[in-house]
Amino acid sequence: MKTKATINPATNQATPFTVSGSGRGKHGGLPLKTFAVLALALISGAAAAESAITVTSFGGTYGTSQIEAMHKPFSAASGVKVLSEDYNGGLAEIRAQVSTGNVKWDVVDVETAEAIRGCDEGLFERVEAASLPKGSDGKPASEDFFEGAIMDCAVRNISWSNIVAFDSKRFKSDVPKTLADFFDLKKFPGKRGLKKEPNVNLEWALMADGVPPEQVYAVLGTPEGLQRAFRKLDTIKGSIVWWQAGAQAPQLLADGEVAMTSAYHGRIFNAVRNEKQSFVPVWDGQIQVSDQFAIVKGSKNLAAAKEFLKFATGTKPLADQAKYVAYAPGRRSSIPEVDSSVRFWLPNAGHPGRVLVSNAEWWADHADEINQKFAVWLAK
Amino acid sequence: MTATILDAEPLSAAERRSLKSRLRRAERMGRVRAYAAVAPLLAFILLAFVVPITLMLINSVQNPVVASQFPRTLTALAAWGRTAEPTPPEGVYEAFAEELKVSRKAGELSKVATRLNYDSGGMRSLLMGTARRIKDGDTGPWKERLLAVDAAWGKRETWAVFRQAGDPFTAGYYLAALDLRRDADDQIVRQPEDQRLYVDAMSRTLWVGALVTFFTLLAGYPVAYLLATLPPKTGNLLMICVLLPFWTSLLVRTTSWIVILQREGLFNDLLMALGLIDERVQLIFNRFGVVTAMTHILLPFMILPIYSVMKQVPPSLVRAARSLGAGPVTAFFKVYVPQTMPGVSAGALLVFILALGYYITPALVGGPADQMISYFIADHIGRSLNWGLASALGGVLLAGVLALYAVYDRLVGVTNVKLG
Repeated sequence: MKTKATINPATNQATPFTVSGSGRGKHGGLPLKTFAVLALALISGAAAAESAITVTSFGGTYGTSQIEAMHKPFSAASGVKVLSEDYNGGLAEIRAQVSTGNVKWDVVDVETAEAIRGCDEGLFERVEAASLPKGSDGKPASEDFFEGAIMDCAVRNISWSNIVAFDSKRFKSDVPKTLADFFDLKKFPGKRGLKKEPNVNLEWALMADGVPPEQVYAVLGTPEGLQRAFRKLDTIKGSIVWWQAGAQAPQLLADGEVAMTSAYHGRIFNAVRNEKQSFVPVWDGQIQVSDQFAIVKGSKNLAAAKEFLKFATGTKPLADQAKYVAYAPGRRSSIPEVDSSVRFWLPNAGHPGRVLVSNAEWWADHADEINQKFAVWLAK
Repeated sequence: MTATILDAEPLSAAERRSLKSRLRRAERMGRVRAYAAVAPLLAFILLAFVVPITLMLINSVQNPVVASQFPRTLTALAAWGRTAEPTPPEGVYEAFAEELKVSRKAGELSKVATRLNYDSGGMRSLLMGTARRIKDGDTGPWKERLLAVDAAWGKRETWAVFRQAGDPFTAGYYLAALDLRRDADDQIVRQPEDQRLYVDAMSRTLWVGALVTFFTLLAGYPVAYLLATLPPKTGNLLMICVLLPFWTSLLVRTTSWIVILQREGLFNDLLMALGLIDERVQLIFNRFGVVTAMTHILLPFMILPIYSVMKQVPPSLVRAARSLGAGPVTAFFKVYVPQTMPGVSAGALLVFILALGYYITPALVGGPADQMISYFIADHIGRSLNWGLASALGGVLLAGVLALYAVYDRLVGVTNVKLG
C-alpha cells in the first residue's frame, strides 16, 4: 500500500494537454504535475498496488478525449497504467464477464439506462458519493455534481444532447427552428433522418404535438399517449431515413440524402469544426443523455479502479475533456474552465427552446414493451 | 498349401477359445484406433456445437430467479388460486412482504424486478418502488399497507404475472417467441396486435432465405457450368474470380452495395445518364437491396458444390442422348440436370441455412421492414439482456431448420447430397 503518489517518469514524458486546432484553453495556474499530486493527496489512502487497469469506452473522438484528459494524467500521477478498450455500448459483454468471473474490464463508460440496468443486475460495484473529491471551488461532490449525476453504481462524466440538425446550404430564406418544423413536410420538404430506436423519437413526436417537456413521460406512459406519439411519427414515416450509428447522421446531411436529421450534438460540432461543414443545430426540444463511469463487479484491480473513477470525475479532467468533444461536464465547477470556443456547443449553454432530460428510469421500466411495439410499428 | 490344411488336426476347444478372443481383441483394437482417429473431430463437434446448443436450449426454459427469491409467496399464491376469492388473502401479502425485505437485503430484488418486467412493463418500478416504501422493522397487516403503496397489488393481473414467472422451468419464453402469452386465467392467448413481432420476422427470414437460394441458383448454375467445361487455363482464372469475394470482408462487400445502389449512387447515375429513368429510384434500404446483396455474398457457396459435381459428369452422356435423337433442351434437362442434382441440393441447403442466420447485411442494407430474426436475437442478447427470449427465438429457428431438413430429406434424400 503506497499512500503517496509517485510520478512515473516514463509516462510523464508525454504531455497530455496538447490543444488541437483552434482556441487555446485558459486553464492554467497550476502545472499538471502539482495538480495531480494535489488531487491525489486529497484522496485518502490512495492505493496504487495494481500496475494496470482497463477502461472501456466508446472510442472515436470521445475515446481520445478520455485518453488525453483522464487516462494520461491519471497514469502520470499514480503510476498505474491505463489500457483503453472500445465497445459499442450495451451490457452483454459485461454480463458475460461478470457471470463467468473473468472480469477483463475494470471501469466502463455506460449510458444512464445501462447504468441503472447494470446496477439492478448486480454487474457494477456501488459508488460512495462521500468518497468523491470536492470541486475546485471547494464544494462537496454532492453539491458540485449536477442533479442525478451521482448514481448508486455510477458517476456521470458528461452529458450530451440529441438534436435536430440541417445543412444551411439547403435552405435559402426560411430555416427550421423548432421540432414542429421537423415534422412539417409542407413547409420544409425532404427526407428526415432518425435513429432506429424508440427513445428520442417518441418524446419528440409528443413535444412536436404540443406536449410540454415536463409532461412527456406521463403522457407516454399511457396507452393513448403512446398511440398519439406513433400517430405523429406516422405523418412523416414515408420520409424517414433510419440511421443506426452516430457517424451516419452527419454523413446523411453531407450526402444530401436528408433535409434534416436527428443527431448527437457532438457529431455536428465535429463536422462543423473539423470538416468545415455548414451544419446548423436546432436546439429546440433537445433531449439530454448522460454517460457515466461504473466499476465492473469483481474487478481484479478494484482499488486502482476506484482511484481512477475519483480522478476522472474531478473538476479539471472533466473540463479538459471538452477540448476534444463538446460535451457538458457533470460538475458545475468544470463549466467555467471549459474552453470558450467550445462553450456555445455545450447542451446546457442556455440555448433557446425546450429542453428534456431523458428519463432513464422510465425507459428502464418500459423499454422491453416499447422496443417491441416500435419494432412492430417499423415493420408495418 | 491346401494339403496341409486338409491334414491339420481339428482345433481343440481351448485353442478355439483363445483364437476367438484374439480375434475379438484385434477387432476391439481396430475399433479403438478408429475412434482415436476421429476423437479430435468428435470433441470439436461436442464442444463447439452440441454443448452450446444444449446450453441455449436450457437457457430458453430455465427461469430460477423468482422461484428462488419468493418461494413462500408462490406457495401461498397457488393455494389462493384454488379458491374463488377475488383478491389474495393476508397470508400471500405477509409472505410477499417478508420475502421482499430479505430479497432486497441480498441485492437480488432488482433481478426479480427485471425478470417480471419482461412479461409486463411497469412491474420493475412497482416492485422496486414498493421495496423502497417498506422498512425492515415494518409489520403487518400487510394487505392494507401494500394496497396503500400501490393499487396494483390488489389486481389479479399483477399476481398472475408474478405466479407465472414463478415456475422454475417456463414455457413463457417460447410463448413470447411465438407472439403468444398467458392471460390472468392461464389461458394461452395471442399478443395484442401492436406487439406481434416474431412470427412475422420468422416467416420473413424463411422467405428471404428462399428468395436468395433461388437467385443464387439462377445465377450460379450457368457459372458453375462454364467453370466445369472451360479448358483449365481460363477455368482457373474464372475460379479465382469466384473465390475473390471470400478474401474481402463481408462488411466491405455489403457497404459497397450501398455505394452502388443508393439514390445518389453509381447505378442510379448510370440509369439517369442512359435516360432509362427520369427520377432516381430507391434500390437500397428495402427488400430489393437485401436480396441483391445477400445473393452476391452467398453466390460462391452455391457455385462451388455444383461445380465439383459437374466436374464428375461425363460429357459423353449428353452426346449419347443427342445422338439418340434428343433435342438440346431435352438432353440438358433429362440427362444433364438430374446428374448435377446432388450438387444443386447441397448448394441450396448450404445457402439457405447460411441465409437464415444473416445479420449484418440485412441490418445495413435493409429497410425497417426487412429485419431478420437474427437481428432480434442479437438485440435481446445485447440490449435488453433478455437472454431467455433470445435463446427461445434461437430454439424456434433451430426447430424450423430441422423441420425443413426433415422435409428435404423426404423429398430429395440427404444421402444424395454430394460436395464433390
